[in-house]
Amino acid sequence: MNIAVCVSHVPDTATKVKIGPDEKAIDPNGVTYIINPYDEFAVEEALKTKEKFGGEVTVLSVGGEQNKETIRKALAMGADKGILLKDDKPRDSFSMAKALSEELKNGSYDIIFCGKQSVDYDDSIVPQIISEFLGFNCVTVVVAMEVKDKQVTAEREIEGGKEVVNTELPVVIGAQKGLNEPRYASLKGIMAAKKKTIEEKPAVEANNNTELLKMYLPPAKQPGRILGSDKSVVPELIKLLREEAKVI
Amino acid sequence: MSKILIFLEQREGKIKRSSFECLGVSKKISSELNAELLAVTIGDDIENINVVSKYGASKVFHYKNKDLSNYSTTAYSEIVSDLAKEISADYVFFSSTSLGKDIAPHVAAKIDAGLVVDCTKLKIDNGEIIATRPIYAGKALIDVKLNSEKKVYSLRPNVFKAESMENGQPPEVVVKEVESPNLANRVLEIKKSEGKLDVAEADIIVSGGRGLKTPENFHLVEELAEVLGGAVGASRAVVDAGWRPHREQIGQTGKTVSPLLYIACGISGAIQHLAGMSSSKYIVAVNKDKDAPIFNIADYGITGDVFEILPELIEEIRKIKLQ
Repeated sequence: MNIAVCVSHVPDTATKVKIGPDEKAIDPNGVTYIINPYDEFAVEEALKTKEKFGGEVTVLSVGGEQNKETIRKALAMGADKGILLKDDKPRDSFSMAKALSEELKNGSYDIIFCGKQSVDYDDSIVPQIISEFLGFNCVTVVVAMEVKDKQVTAEREIEGGKEVVNTELPVVIGAQKGLNEPRYASLKGIMAAKKKTIEEKPAVEANNNTELLKMYLPPAKQPGRILGSDKSVVPELIKLLREEAKVI
Repeated sequence: MSKILIFLEQREGKIKRSSFECLGVSKKISSELNAELLAVTIGDDIENINVVSKYGASKVFHYKNKDLSNYSTTAYSEIVSDLAKEISADYVFFSSTSLGKDIAPHVAAKIDAGLVVDCTKLKIDNGEIIATRPIYAGKALIDVKLNSEKKVYSLRPNVFKAESMENGQPPEVVVKEVESPNLANRVLEIKKSEGKLDVAEADIIVSGGRGLKTPENFHLVEELAEVLGGAVGASRAVVDAGWRPHREQIGQTGKTVSPLLYIACGISGAIQHLAGMSSSKYIVAVNKDKDAPIFNIADYGITGDVFEILPELIEEIRKIKLQ
């Protein structure tokens, strides 16, 4: 089985976002970058698929030199090799998917795993667009999956339940939390990752349809009232919810 | 005259509320852009299809086939993009539900359009749509516009109002029988999660965190949600500890929600949690720690013990509901 995983390098979820001076990006000072949390589920599922069917896992990422850190993390978990599609300019998710697809189309992959979305722009676009560019099937927000012969059965999370979807390889999977329990990189894995190759290539020129006009913080919510500290304030709370907020 | 095509999502033969919200916004946008508004829906029989005229659509294309009563990424995206091409739609709107999030990028790619997802505001500036959307799960906002010729937008549910108007006229429904839909993606079954309300669709959410101390104590959160007719939510800490299923997680690696009322019980308010719920209309926090960050955004706070406050709250609300 020839497997690819696409990973992105994003600010840690504990980051307190500050807006940069150009009002078009966040201020990166003091921000810790990590592998996108959903991509960890994608890497884990790729490794499990390889363990079951054999084959190779290639990790791809679009971005600058710093993305190598995230590629290495996936290599340390057990992926075989990495490809960094170098690009230092901002790109929208469409151009991101385009750059990945241009590289992926040469790899004759059976399964391409992505996180269902990255936790920076929250787009949840990339898996679907890759599948369109490559003519693959696609299932997103996947919380369980099984591959048998060429058939893929995947459960995707929907409002109030799950859809059990059947499709065929080749497929792009958008991984959701719950799909598996990502392994920790062992010390041996971390050492081995240092010897694995990360090939570098320029990403195809970005052609952004999206023009970012302004980035800003949401209006700060004013702290409200502390009603008290014991159950004697419950009637007052209920009165406020009924008469002031009118929500119950 | 430009054209707006809006996708109406049905589940179990009924068009969803989020689609009516989407229709309401599209109606306003269409009059400002002097555009024609057309709607499309896919499924078997749809019981409330005539209601769409109350929300501003005068014409609906209904693509019909019993195999299309459930969503299929391949069939649905082909039908919508073929129709968009056929009628030369300039704009296609979706509601950003689980279905909308899945299908919108496929359609955008097929019709060569730019795409903005999860919009919380749309305005017209110089004849162009400026979309506002949250990023970093709501820690920041961006205003964006699309420079592509065709444009696709998805709108966050529960943000826009579905305003109905008096209109006695039923819509013109163009039924198109679909002969052989592309079911390369096919739903075999839908597993419902025990008939409980989903946080993404609830007007009221009661959420619990570490302050509940044990998974068993979550019955207090469940009971309060039940008496209020709301959904149960959870913090990342309790989901990671295996107390609650991931579908209930609110925050940056869970769901971003904006209900009318959010009651946080025993949740301190980590940055990633606040990001996912601070756009709720009213927030109530119950936490013993008076310095917990959740109180910075709560409209009404009680700095008390959840084990004392919640039973009383359940009891009092139950009394009111009985009246």
